[in-house]
Amino acid sequence: MATFFYTMIFNLKTYLSKTTHAAPLAVFRMCFGIIMCFSIMRFWYHGWIETFYIQPKFHFSYYGFEWVKSLENYTYLLFLICGLASLFVALGFKYRMAIITFFLSFTYIELMDKTTYLNHYYFISLLSFLMIFLPANATFSLDNILKKKSYEYIPKWTTDSVKLLLGIVYFYAGLAKLNSDWLFRAQPLKIWLPSKYDLPLIGDTLMQQNWFHFAMSWSGALYDLSIPFLLSYKRTRVFAFILVVVFHVFTRVLFPIGMFPFIMIVSALIFFDANFHQKIIKILKRIFNSKTSFQSIEMCKTHFKKPVLIIIGLFFCIQLFVPFRYALYPNELFWTEEGYRFSWRVMLMEKMGIATFKIVNAKTGNFFYVDNKDFLTPLQEKQMSSQPDFILEYAHYLGDHFKSQGHKNIQVFVESYVALNGRLSQPFIDKNVDLYAEKESFKPKHWILPFKDDIKGL
Amino acid sequence: MKMKKFFLGLILVGFIVACSSSSSDDDPKGGNDNFDRDALLINVADNIIIPAFEDLQVKLSALDATKSTFVDDKSQTNLDALSDAWLEAYKSWQYVEMFNIGKAEERGGKEFGFVSFFNIHPLTVDDVQNGAKNGNYDLDSGNFHDAQGFPALDFLIHGLADSDANAIDKFTSNTSNAGYADYLTDVIAQMMTLNNSYLSDWKGNYRSTFIGGTGNTATSSLNKIVNDFIFYYEKLLRAKKIGTPAGNFSNMPLPETVEAFYKKDVSKDLALIGLNAAQDFFNGKAYKGSSNGESFKTYLEFLDRADLVTLINTRFNDARQKIKVLDSNFVTQINTDNTKMTEAYDALQLAVVSLKIDMVQAFDVNLDFTDNDGD
Repeated sequence: MATFFYTMIFNLKTYLSKTTHAAPLAVFRMCFGIIMCFSIMRFWYHGWIETFYIQPKFHFSYYGFEWVKSLENYTYLLFLICGLASLFVALGFKYRMAIITFFLSFTYIELMDKTTYLNHYYFISLLSFLMIFLPANATFSLDNILKKKSYEYIPKWTTDSVKLLLGIVYFYAGLAKLNSDWLFRAQPLKIWLPSKYDLPLIGDTLMQQNWFHFAMSWSGALYDLSIPFLLSYKRTRVFAFILVVVFHVFTRVLFPIGMFPFIMIVSALIFFDANFHQKIIKILKRIFNSKTSFQSIEMCKTHFKKPVLIIIGLFFCIQLFVPFRYALYPNELFWTEEGYRFSWRVMLMEKMGIATFKIVNAKTGNFFYVDNKDFLTPLQEKQMSSQPDFILEYAHYLGDHFKSQGHKNIQVFVESYVALNGRLSQPFIDKNVDLYAEKESFKPKHWILPFKDDIKGL
Repeated sequence: MKMKKFFLGLILVGFIVACSSSSSDDDPKGGNDNFDRDALLINVADNIIIPAFEDLQVKLSALDATKSTFVDDKSQTNLDALSDAWLEAYKSWQYVEMFNIGKAEERGGKEFGFVSFFNIHPLTVDDVQNGAKNGNYDLDSGNFHDAQGFPALDFLIHGLADSDANAIDKFTSNTSNAGYADYLTDVIAQMMTLNNSYLSDWKGNYRSTFIGGTGNTATSSLNKIVNDFIFYYEKLLRAKKIGTPAGNFSNMPLPETVEAFYKKDVSKDLALIGLNAAQDFFNGKAYKGSSNGESFKTYLEFLDRADLVTLINTRFNDARQKIKVLDSNFVTQINTDNTKMTEAYDALQLAVVSLKIDMVQAFDVNLDFTDNDGD
């Protein structure tokens, strides 16, 4: 037994002392910074800062992060800081400060309103956190010019950790697709694909075929599960990368998923070996006519090695466990969504709801219905009506609002229906439970009605 | 070695493209593996929307004629004839109210669109009375949405002004009788001008624009008509006619907000006609005659959702039964037994769920204008 552990630790130590070329991580850093900068500008350009963070009267908050408030007009400043930080990251200018600033500002933006949660924003937060601890400015960065040194080799685990994070995202996304709705009913693709009837060539024909819906479901799951491995092995790497491009371009054409495909395509480059990245750096250096040369040290020294390794180790342990926390809750995951977020459940279900709130005076029995448009934006209403944690938070907001208007003995009830993956809509929340009296917690929400069907799988 | 992988990848891409191009070569134009959206839009435009607007134009002209007769000879008989013509036009209007599209949409009118110029109730009576007294009114301005259209006519024909004893007094003995006659004329003229503009637009350029908009975008015809239909059913039929008067959106019932408040005994008739209009549209029933064409019903059946079609029609029928037991004057019903009103509301609400959630999900109508990844 003891020998087993000693061997494990020995292997771990050996692995941790392996080195790899610094180029892949540097190119990754540059691409990441550029895409993030472009993302911020795109978001700004579409006017979404105004629409999502300034206009709404009310923002849905994450449990435990209610103190993260909207900055009103200063939100633009926050985005400016974030954009600049990403630019500095791309250039490798004061990298450590830049990536920390980027992580903090980007995550703050996301924490301001739960309505805009997207799995790929969560991914960016995680990735930028990870990158704080990586020597991504070891080579090909402005910091090299400033410090007059650059490094040729970095610890192998630093580049591998990025690959591991990417692998986790894909693999868990694939695991999430192993359920009866996805594989045996071809849902939700069966709803989404036929509606793309205005695509040229395939819209009227391929998109409508039953076999195509199943083919896309199965190949999507297969792709997600296998791609991290195909990318890791040299012999399948080029083929895998072509698949990555095809998959993400195809999904981009079909669905309005913004920058996500480009982020994933570019991130996949990290799997290629050092020669490939060194060529890229050479080409870019030629374009920018960079003739700077400085002392090139072979091996990058890691400061605070032990704490860093522990943090990253913990980080990945958490990432491996979090997507499975849904198992701690009763009832159907897709219905209650307890444990749904932060699990790489991407484009996995079609869920629509309608939630009518009833404000009742407990003493007199008088009631009135609320028009959600008076309080929420269309996107907020859409997100709220199918997610119980949103419904609870909104119920409290309404209760507080009407209390401040002088109404007494306030009770808040909701009549809500949800349709999931093409099933007929069913009642969602118990309309006899006063939500204003219920509190948010990690415990299961007993006021969510049971799902009248069965979805098998992970 | 690398070349092999590259070619394998190419083959995969080629496979997808090859499949699609060969399919489209074989199928005839329009194919039977896709729903004929063109036919739906054509049926809706030619057999439902345009005939409805045409009928409204006819009824408004008749209304105008009886108005002229009355203004020339202000007798109770002529006022009664005016009232009958008003009711006929009001019934015809129920079939038009949902089509806030085309020219109707361009006119503005805030949340209710073109309905703002025809059917905002409750009426702000003071605006009408002051308008008659001093001639200061602008039916085009947002301030007068609640002082024109059918509700204004309702008041002029059936309501009591100031301290008058009879409805006809405002045109005879009232000091502002000339003003009232002018107001009456102007309201009808506004309705006719507007409706004529909508109808000529439909018969002119808009029909082809409408039928051509078959894409799946937020501004395509199909998406617009789905949204308009649901808005009509939810906000105009369920809420405005029944929910608001029953007090579902306020602390107390608001009987003064019923449709045709001054006429008193037609609020139920109009509600039933409104429901018929909605159900007929859903089933693709032609405005004139009884044939059914391509519609939401046939689209859902194409998508294998006949279960939903049956459910929606059942819910419409249940709502109809609940409305039928109400008093023909909703004000009376509210004051004697308001629970029957709320029961009718609840029955209508069930269909809202089926339409707004199930039907929209089945159609996967594109409403979004931002990134999402299905959460």
